[in-house]
Amino acid sequence: MSVDKKTVRHIARLARIALKDEQVEPMVNELNNILAWVQQLEEVDVAGVPPLTSVVEQRLKMRDDVVTEGGQADALMANAPQSEENFFVVPRVVE
Amino acid sequence: MALPSSPTDFTLAEARDALRARAISSTELTSAFVSQVAAARPLNAFITETPERALEMAAASDVRLSAGEARPLEGLPLAIKDLFCTRGVRTTAASRILDNFVPPYESTVTQNLWDAGAVLLGKTNMDEFAMGSSNETSHFNPVVNPWRARNSNQSVVPGGSSGGSAAAVAGRLCLGATGTDTGGSIRQPAALTGVVGLKPTYGRCSRWGIVAFASSLDQAGPMARTVRDAAILLRAMASVDPKDSTSVDVPVPDYEHEIEAGVKGLRVGVPKEYRSDGAPSEIDRLWTKGIGWMRSEGAEIVDISLPHTKYALPAYYIVAPAEASSNLARYDGVRYGHRAADVRDVSDLYERSRAEGFGAEVRRRVLIGCYVLSAGYYDAYYVRAQKVRTLIARDFVKAFERCDVLLTPSTPGPAFALGEKTADPVSMYLNDVFTVPVNLAGLPAVSVPAGLTTDGLPLGLQVIGKAFDEQLVLRVARSIERAAGFDATPNAWWRAA
Repeated sequence: MSVDKKTVRHIARLARIALKDEQVEPMVNELNNILAWVQQLEEVDVAGVPPLTSVVEQRLKMRDDVVTEGGQADALMANAPQSEENFFVVPRVVE
Repeated sequence: MALPSSPTDFTLAEARDALRARAISSTELTSAFVSQVAAARPLNAFITETPERALEMAAASDVRLSAGEARPLEGLPLAIKDLFCTRGVRTTAASRILDNFVPPYESTVTQNLWDAGAVLLGKTNMDEFAMGSSNETSHFNPVVNPWRARNSNQSVVPGGSSGGSAAAVAGRLCLGATGTDTGGSIRQPAALTGVVGLKPTYGRCSRWGIVAFASSLDQAGPMARTVRDAAILLRAMASVDPKDSTSVDVPVPDYEHEIEAGVKGLRVGVPKEYRSDGAPSEIDRLWTKGIGWMRSEGAEIVDISLPHTKYALPAYYIVAPAEASSNLARYDGVRYGHRAADVRDVSDLYERSRAEGFGAEVRRRVLIGCYVLSAGYYDAYYVRAQKVRTLIARDFVKAFERCDVLLTPSTPGPAFALGEKTADPVSMYLNDVFTVPVNLAGLPAVSVPAGLTTDGLPLGLQVIGKAFDEQLVLRVARSIERAAGFDATPNAWWRAA
């Protein structure tokens, strides 16, 4: 399997990373080199093998559904590129 | 006690003892390291130096030391990889997208270190978002390895991604450092700089407050001059943390306790798949030497097969980018981090903030991750890789039915020249061929310096253990350290630079 320019533009769009036109072709080549290399996984017989999703053999921990460290709006907003009265500001989304 | 000529030549254990014996104060010790750090700027090991904070922390430690209230790491200056969030101290992950980020909270691992009395010297350079094996993907420029080949002025890489931490320990800019290891990012730079680097069992150190790369693989660990120092640091770093749901409920033992017990009667496994093709390399020769040391110390050598080893790297380069593409979705230019100027709309804001904020390797991995998770490819790539991961983990389970630890080389070669492997991502990825399988299986492993190449560059051997068997891993590593008698140090060329 390999990617073409159209696919690269599509996944860049999904990833929300702008690619300039001149960046698309090199990215196609780089991704195809990597994909050609990972292709060797097709040699492995994985019939009946479950996917490994966690190496930790313990039940996921549950906690009480309560606020633990709330009331820190100022700290949360301190790194915002743009904010107003504890709201994050973005360009207009709805016309 | 016999003191080294300079306090920066202390091991962490020696410094601890000297502080308690009041042979030196933390302020004296810390000042010496602050000067070392400043004198070593040509190495570019630090992104942010924190000398004022270091001296304040040292002064507070001196009060405790005088009062006889010393905690386990009281007054010991450390360097922290810039992937650990530190309250009030800029934390960048070596990325432009976080170059102005000042966390309002502290990672659990660093909080544990400060609670144990350690002193922060600064935040170390690294590959951007820990994606790299040479420290060349940093937005803040590469780190230079303190080591150079004999009779050479050529700069070599320190490995990565914890290259700044490795260089800081090797250059004696700190007593120890933290690293993180997703595919080898502690052990590979440790090997390339002649220091000890330990990746603990997945779940041993909390991931809370560490900038996430690939969450099912990431694990924090210590980097230090000696195996004992790594043991001391691990005990302080490790904890059971309610803030990390994958933190495992296993008590933290005293890792120093049985470190000198030796390997007599242990079964040391040697996996044949780690042998390189063709003529034996310097790495193979060192490995053979290591096997000899184990045998002469009374261990039984067991030939082992890990048949799926060659598939570990390709599986990793599907799983890790997939998780990264998901983790890095949070960098949107809205809540923190870099935001593009003069944007048209909110999509443009996301797309341009991320394009400007991420470097080439991070963009590449996010796109690969996005692709292997996308509709139509998810089963062919991602699920298949996760199945292969199961087979790799099973290889280790089977191996450990016949042996107590595994002994392998840490890396396929010594430190290489800056720029030598940046043109071909896959050739860079191959650096982690011996370290990646361990992450996929979640096991603990340590790289211990064991010798020099004929050119005089350091090489490491890796000891891999069963889950939560760090004590044994450290004990075997200590035995190698003792047998190797590795006492070479880089000549401090950067001081004249």
